[in-house]
Amino acid sequence: MSQLWKRPLTWALVAAMTLSVMLAGAGVFTASAQNPIKIGFGMALTGGLSANGKPALLAVQIWKDDVNKKGGLLGRPVELVFYDDQTNPSTVPNIYTKLLDVDKVDLIISGYGTNLIAPLMPIAIERKLTVIGMFGLANNEKYQYPNYFQIQPAGPDPQTSTAIGFFELAARQNPKPQTVALVGADAEYPQNAMVGARELVKKFGFKIVYDKNYPQSTVDYTPIVRAIKATNPDIVFVASYPPDSVGMLRATQEVGLSPKIYGGGMVGLQFTSVMQSMGPMLNGVVNYDFWAPESTMLAMPGIKEFLKDYQSRAEKAGVDPLGYYLPPYSYALMQVLGQAVEGSKGLDQQKIADYIRANEFSTVVGKVKFGKNGEWAKGRTLMVQYQKIRPMANEKETIEQFRGPGKKVVLYPDELKSGAIVYPYSAAKN
Amino acid sequence: MAGLLLGGFYAAVSLGVSLIFGLLDIANIAQPAFLIAGSYAAYVANSAYGFDPILVGIALTPLFYVIGAGVYRVYYATFERRGDEALRGLVFFFGLLFIIEVSLSMRFGVDYRMAQAGYVGKSIDLGGGVGVAYRYLVPCLVGLAMTLALYLFLGRTFYGRAIMAVSQDQGALRLMGANPVHIKTIAFGIGIAAASLAGALLITIAPVIPSTDRDYIGRMFAITVLGGMGSIGGTLVAAVILGVAESLMATFIGPSWAQAVSFGILLLALAVRPAGLFGR
Repeated sequence: MSQLWKRPLTWALVAAMTLSVMLAGAGVFTASAQNPIKIGFGMALTGGLSANGKPALLAVQIWKDDVNKKGGLLGRPVELVFYDDQTNPSTVPNIYTKLLDVDKVDLIISGYGTNLIAPLMPIAIERKLTVIGMFGLANNEKYQYPNYFQIQPAGPDPQTSTAIGFFELAARQNPKPQTVALVGADAEYPQNAMVGARELVKKFGFKIVYDKNYPQSTVDYTPIVRAIKATNPDIVFVASYPPDSVGMLRATQEVGLSPKIYGGGMVGLQFTSVMQSMGPMLNGVVNYDFWAPESTMLAMPGIKEFLKDYQSRAEKAGVDPLGYYLPPYSYALMQVLGQAVEGSKGLDQQKIADYIRANEFSTVVGKVKFGKNGEWAKGRTLMVQYQKIRPMANEKETIEQFRGPGKKVVLYPDELKSGAIVYPYSAAKN
Repeated sequence: MAGLLLGGFYAAVSLGVSLIFGLLDIANIAQPAFLIAGSYAAYVANSAYGFDPILVGIALTPLFYVIGAGVYRVYYATFERRGDEALRGLVFFFGLLFIIEVSLSMRFGVDYRMAQAGYVGKSIDLGGGVGVAYRYLVPCLVGLAMTLALYLFLGRTFYGRAIMAVSQDQGALRLMGANPVHIKTIAFGIGIAAASLAGALLITIAPVIPSTDRDYIGRMFAITVLGGMGSIGGTLVAAVILGVAESLMATFIGPSWAQAVSFGILLLALAVRPAGLFGR
């Protein structure tokens, strides 16, 4: 080993390495003349939520390109620094520590989903950072941290937000339906939605005739649907995750359960891949959603351009080809952040938060104003009804029919209404 | 009624375990992963070419047979021959389970996949509020056919009897001039092929993601143990008992009790008859 240090070649190598490190350092200095604004985040690019995380990333990248085309923020270009959180909450603290301490990012946003936002909260609070969450449910309920904001339009009361439109629509029908069956999966979101639904049932004066949970590993849903059918309810409210949404809907068709209104809180029906394979079985279902390609939603400024850009890039990126669930909101989140940086004229975390709290933002999903706990001041969960979906011969054709308006008609809230409800449920099925 | 149909499907799912775990005494916990691999194979052929998922499942059984036989050879060479089979073998199959699961999610992503067939979503009405969904009827019939085929194979053919023999006394079999490793390879291959066909049944019933296998590990082994290790008829009876119990509970008491009760039956049965219902 000692021989090694006597060789001239070794010394030459050391000198070369030192020089290259210095040159690299100089490179950093020259780059800082350009001085990009760095925005850091973790995102679910693999694992359980990647089917939504990847489209969200694409939306954020489109925003970055759009902003840089217009000259960046505060006259500086924007750069994204992101890592794959693998849909694993335990990776989140490390990712953000690296982003803040090693990559020295100027701003952060959250990854996608409630479980991935939760571990970010303590870090943001400790370092007094401003953070906008991407589709988190009640992440700030416990902390009430003033510099947290959230882009999913659940509103200040997340428990009833899923179901309110559903029960309000039911209550408006004539003759008014009377009896309700509530059924939900044994898991966090469905149970929250069920609590909210029970509250609303009381408020609108319906009568509960069936109220049960089922384990998520259920294989056969026909016995459940048969038991519901035996109680002959006017309203069936289902709070379910994707596999059970499919199972319940198929069983409903097979058993011939035909209430006056059906659906409410079924997660999964929004996804393009599920819509494709369920096809006409969706007809008549009234379900929550956040976005639909209806005239009222497409009237918002910038959304058409965004979707055109997204859909042309989605195929190459191998992500959800339509992008109607999360991507518009991911883009809107970045718009809020961008407008707040411009509006507060700097990168001061506190000033940005103050600006977000005080102002209304114009985004591709409409006007956004934040309120209690950083949620939208007024909830805007849509109720849509699937109508006139035809069976299609091949996969491509099936996607095409969901691209345009008329298949997912917005019924609620009134200001975004794009068509009339087909009532009762059975009338929409054929 | 729905429970009977579910039972037929559960039998199809558990046959492979009954053969591999029950008869060969190999704790192959990767079995549900092969189930899901079979589902995805059916999905690919169904979505790309529109073939019926179950026919595809049947057509692909030789392929999975070969894969299964290969897996057993590796397992034999690396573990069983050295007499390490109990604990380390478990680790081997546990690893295999993860490798299959992760490969599937890397190749197909984590979206729910479903298969299309003409009979999905239709049902026969038997009157009196009792109906039969084709989505369950077809898998149940295939499951029954599989059970019958395997039963006849084990009871009537040379290789079938050799498999039964290998489970009783390997040494004696060797004296008879048959190679137990060869026989076990065949049995393992058949077990994996049965799992892949059951996977094709599964995807016609419900949507599948790579981690769906975890829902089935418990059920598969519970049915095998309840039916009596290695008893094919017992597997069918146990599958039907579990299916009917789950179904009745879901209809009359509440779906959240369905699985607790079926596993309660298992505990009770084991307390009374530790060898299982039809154990030898």
